[in-house]
Amino acid sequence: MREITYRDALREALLEEMQRDKTVFLLGEDIGRYWEGAFKVTKGLAKEFGDERVRDTPISESAIIGTAVGAAITGMRPVAEIMFGDLTTLAMDQIANQAAKIRYMFGGQVKVPLVIRTPFGGGVNIAAHHSQSLEAWFMHVPGLFVAVPSTPYDAKGLLKTGIRSDNPVVFCEHKLLYPIEGLIPEEDYTVPFGVADIKREGRDVTVVATMFMVHRALEAAKTLEKEGLSVELVDPRTLVPLDKETIINSVKKTGRLVVVSEDCKTAGVTAEITAVVAEEAIDYLDAPIKRVAEPDTPIPFSPPLEKYVIPDERSIIKAVKEIVLKE
Amino acid sequence: MDKDKKIEMYRKMLEIRLFEEKVFELYGQNLVPGTIHLYAGEEAVAVGVCANLRKDDYIVSTHRGHGHCIAKGARLDKTMAEILGKKTGYCMGKGGSMHIADFSIGMLGATAVVGAGIPIATGAGLSIKLRRTDQVTACFFGDGASNQGTFHEGINMAAVWKLPVLFVCENNLYAMGTRQTQVMLTKDIAKRAVAYGIPGVSVDGNDVIAVYEAAQQAVRRARSGDGPTLIECRTYRHKGHSRFDPATYRSKEEVEEWLDKDPVRRLKNQLLERNDLSNTEVKQIEKEVSDAVEAAVKFAKDSPYPAPEEALEDVYA
Repeated sequence: MREITYRDALREALLEEMQRDKTVFLLGEDIGRYWEGAFKVTKGLAKEFGDERVRDTPISESAIIGTAVGAAITGMRPVAEIMFGDLTTLAMDQIANQAAKIRYMFGGQVKVPLVIRTPFGGGVNIAAHHSQSLEAWFMHVPGLFVAVPSTPYDAKGLLKTGIRSDNPVVFCEHKLLYPIEGLIPEEDYTVPFGVADIKREGRDVTVVATMFMVHRALEAAKTLEKEGLSVELVDPRTLVPLDKETIINSVKKTGRLVVVSEDCKTAGVTAEITAVVAEEAIDYLDAPIKRVAEPDTPIPFSPPLEKYVIPDERSIIKAVKEIVLKE
Repeated sequence: MDKDKKIEMYRKMLEIRLFEEKVFELYGQNLVPGTIHLYAGEEAVAVGVCANLRKDDYIVSTHRGHGHCIAKGARLDKTMAEILGKKTGYCMGKGGSMHIADFSIGMLGATAVVGAGIPIATGAGLSIKLRRTDQVTACFFGDGASNQGTFHEGINMAAVWKLPVLFVCENNLYAMGTRQTQVMLTKDIAKRAVAYGIPGVSVDGNDVIAVYEAAQQAVRRARSGDGPTLIECRTYRHKGHSRFDPATYRSKEEVEEWLDKDPVRRLKNQLLERNDLSNTEVKQIEKEVSDAVEAAVKFAKDSPYPAPEEALEDVYA
């Protein structure tokens, strides 16, 4: 095992998959040799593989995804980068109507092996057009997989699975995770889709969290442990497919559920996971389900404003205490 | 152009015409669910372009796509079955009239979002370039699509990367009921090519020979690595936009003028005048094509609908 950053874990996944399979290529704005990615995920790759396979594009998000779709249905495995998750809105027809539906609409004649990598999330004071978390939008489109890695290990393993998948994958990254370090094996490995990871075992309450919120929930769990409360932290790792079984089994054990996500509360990630548990495991609950999410506002700029709307350790601790210390 | 090529094109154009007339008839008998967008009147475009393509070349199509499929070599029976929503259709009843695809002949499918096929065609072109084959991609779209952002993004990208793509604009003068002059100041959509630094040509889209020759040059340019071409084909749809459209926005005089320029009759007359075909041979071709369309209808009618629970299949690979 060795310790590397989330950014380098992603870069290694790209590098190794490009070495393994020559149909894999990258396209996106400023990912090539001059800038090497807005978040430096593609650092060194253009030098390694050339400008043909690590392809700078015009600022044309719709054509980036459309081009990737056209390449995917004719024998290639494109990995498209959209510089900020907010800008997937510009390519929404190509993602939701084309990439996601082509296989189904054409009666299963063709596969669409395509990965769309994009960073979501706030916390770096770049306001409403560069800070959103739109994962739930993609959960609502049948035909897409949605990956949400929280650690370097998961990032590398899930990205490899995504690139090898024959389905379009929206691969959600998080700006604050890029510098985070973690252990990964020396040898080749993958992380399967649809298999949650219990990031921490516990007895009193299940906390389900994704991406950067996993780390905030871990901090919250450490604080709560000192107060004698034991948190089980479940990281779904992919939202589609969603590992309902692991979440439900954890709820059966603890009898309590807090769902944490950085996206807006209404019809968001927390809403779906809450609904799954309410529908399939309500009899195992000893307390109401709590959701910790963004309070349905755009992400504001000024640091105190932004800090206020993004869930943090305190809001997670508060939610846990509300249902654990209830009786 | 040699006579056999012309006769082959005539046969394809007639196939499309008789097929579309049959679809219209079946629609009237309530056998076609949903809506239809007929290609009748525009046959010379699809046939003139596809006559230059190999089986392994690609096309990308639109909601008005039956003609593109047939011109590229799709089977009439599986096309008709799809339009009727049958299990034996190309997409097993999941796509219908607006979403026919046959990947075995390089027909990459019809998208019903106006302009959405343009970047997809660019991507097929990029794939060709990366795989280092000498295939080409032809992308069909209408005058309306040329006002979409995807037109600009997709053609610019194909131009800057010198991709082997033919962007074929079927300018039938109306985007649904909106006349071209209401929504753009240029009359010549082909002129937009100048902005992307690629050739743009405007041809009589009801003259299959003119379309063929323009496409031939564009294919040659594409195969030799010189990049894409924008071909504007001026044409006209004989029917309204879709099933309920009586097309009252078009004057009777205008419609009659264009019916006079019927591309199928035009080629037939030319073949007869030049003694490339005799009346007997024309009748023979008409009978063969008509029989083939009838057989397709019988196949489609006799085919079962998909089982309802098949709706759950093929969401993911």
